[in-house]
Amino acid sequence: MTATHRHTPDTPLAEAPPPVLVDLSGRTAGTEPRARRARARQLVSRTLVPFALLALWQVAADRNWVSPDALPPPTVIIEAFAELIRTGELQSAIPTSLARSLVGLLFGAFTGLALGLFAGLWRVGEELVDAPLQMLRTIPFIAMIPLFIIWFGIGEEAKITLIYAATIFPVYLNTYAGVRGVDQKLIEAVRVFGLSPLEIAWRVIVPTALPSILVGLRYAAGVSLLALVAAEQINARSGIGFILLNANQFQRTDIIIAGIIVYALLGIVIDLVMRVIEHVSLPWRPSLVPA
Amino acid sequence: MSLHSPLSPATPRLVPSGAAPPPVAVELGGLRRVFGERAVLDGIDLTLRRGEFVSLLGPSGTGKTTLLRILAGLDRADGGTVRVAEARSVVFQEPRLVPAKRVWQNVVIGHRPNAEARRLAGAALEEVGLSRHADAWPKTLSGGEAQRVALARALAREPSLLLLDEPFAALDALTRIRMHDLVAQLWRRHLPAVLLVTHDVDEAILLSDRVIVLSGGGIAFDTAVDLPRPRQRSDRAFGVLRARLLAELGVGSAEGHG
Repeated sequence: MTATHRHTPDTPLAEAPPPVLVDLSGRTAGTEPRARRARARQLVSRTLVPFALLALWQVAADRNWVSPDALPPPTVIIEAFAELIRTGELQSAIPTSLARSLVGLLFGAFTGLALGLFAGLWRVGEELVDAPLQMLRTIPFIAMIPLFIIWFGIGEEAKITLIYAATIFPVYLNTYAGVRGVDQKLIEAVRVFGLSPLEIAWRVIVPTALPSILVGLRYAAGVSLLALVAAEQINARSGIGFILLNANQFQRTDIIIAGIIVYALLGIVIDLVMRVIEHVSLPWRPSLVPA
Repeated sequence: MSLHSPLSPATPRLVPSGAAPPPVAVELGGLRRVFGERAVLDGIDLTLRRGEFVSLLGPSGTGKTTLLRILAGLDRADGGTVRVAEARSVVFQEPRLVPAKRVWQNVVIGHRPNAEARRLAGAALEEVGLSRHADAWPKTLSGGEAQRVALARALAREPSLLLLDEPFAALDALTRIRMHDLVAQLWRRHLPAVLLVTHDVDEAILLSDRVIVLSGGGIAFDTAVDLPRPRQRSDRAFGVLRARLLAELGVGSAEGHG
């Protein structure tokens, strides 16, 4: 091969400083067990920390580092859960609260989807809908509570309307962005194949925008729970909010914490459900398709 | 002046020698397209008949793609007459498949997704050698496979006019050679009029009956390719024509002798 050098560099190769070689061969060898060890360590540290915090919490209460009235230990909270289940309060409260959240979410998501499609697909829709919604969305929905009480009273309407109002925006924004994000080249290509604008919208744009729409829906589900907590502060006579208000009157910190944990668990469950929905309705996404 | 008025429906494919010429698929008369001050296309006259394979060459910005887009109905003409076959389809540089639809649904995107459409898609995929991917999602395909799906989609319409907008440009060299063979084979079987926009002189000579060079808003050069098929790049006549076309494109002297 040496004889085939035909180029004539300015300095002969022999005089040029030799390139610095770096040894990379060791890096690939033995990565398999090392990666497995790293995963194991990660798992341990990830589970260890929450358990350590729980233990610290228990010890702090037992040794009276904090007043058990202010922060009762985990064991007492478990008893509070048992009490709520024994009396049947929890079993009746969860469906009530969940129903409020889901009804508000359902109507809010539907409105957000309809407005998002309207603004995303038609220019006139964008002109009519987008500016007012962009303005309205800057209002923190919690600030609307006093107004909603005046308009809708302190019954179920005010609560559900608050959840409804809060969940429109995430769905609207993501639907609009998703529809607008569909590649123009794709739309152009299917136009050649004789699809009408309505067929393009339904068969091409909406399915392609679905990942974004579902992100909006998942976000709205989280918001619906947030709005539920805020709404249930309005004179709740049933639901988890009622348990909390009652416990507040009787200074039952353990029940208050139990109620907060229930809210958190609902949040986790709703998020899981949404992930399953995404997984089922988006089989074509590359991250979900086995290569 | 009638823009995009459909021509009469397709008549039988192969015309025996001595009979009337095949039906017209494209008829342009004095076509103009102006962007701002500049006339990108300035008085183009062109007639394509079914079964004709024509390549369109030209430096960047000479309106090749604009012309193709006007024929596809994606852009409008500013003047002149444009008559094109109603049954026409396009293969673009990118596959442009709907990611949320399975491969077979993409192939028959213009149809209602029923059993008949499924059968049609199956037949078109068979022709491009992708029947086993009918139920796959577009994102799982390689670039070459996706482009073959785009070709199947174009064929499923039984087009009288097939518009190819640099469909091989993004493919690797080996896939490109296979695609050339496939397109030539499908063209012989279905005999649509084909208009291929390309930058690749060799590709144009390999595939087409006629090569047109677009320049300065008009047709600068128009030649028939009278070489026997399959064509060899090493053929002397191939080299002569290549040199001529490169000269027309303004890069002649550099690669004159291959």
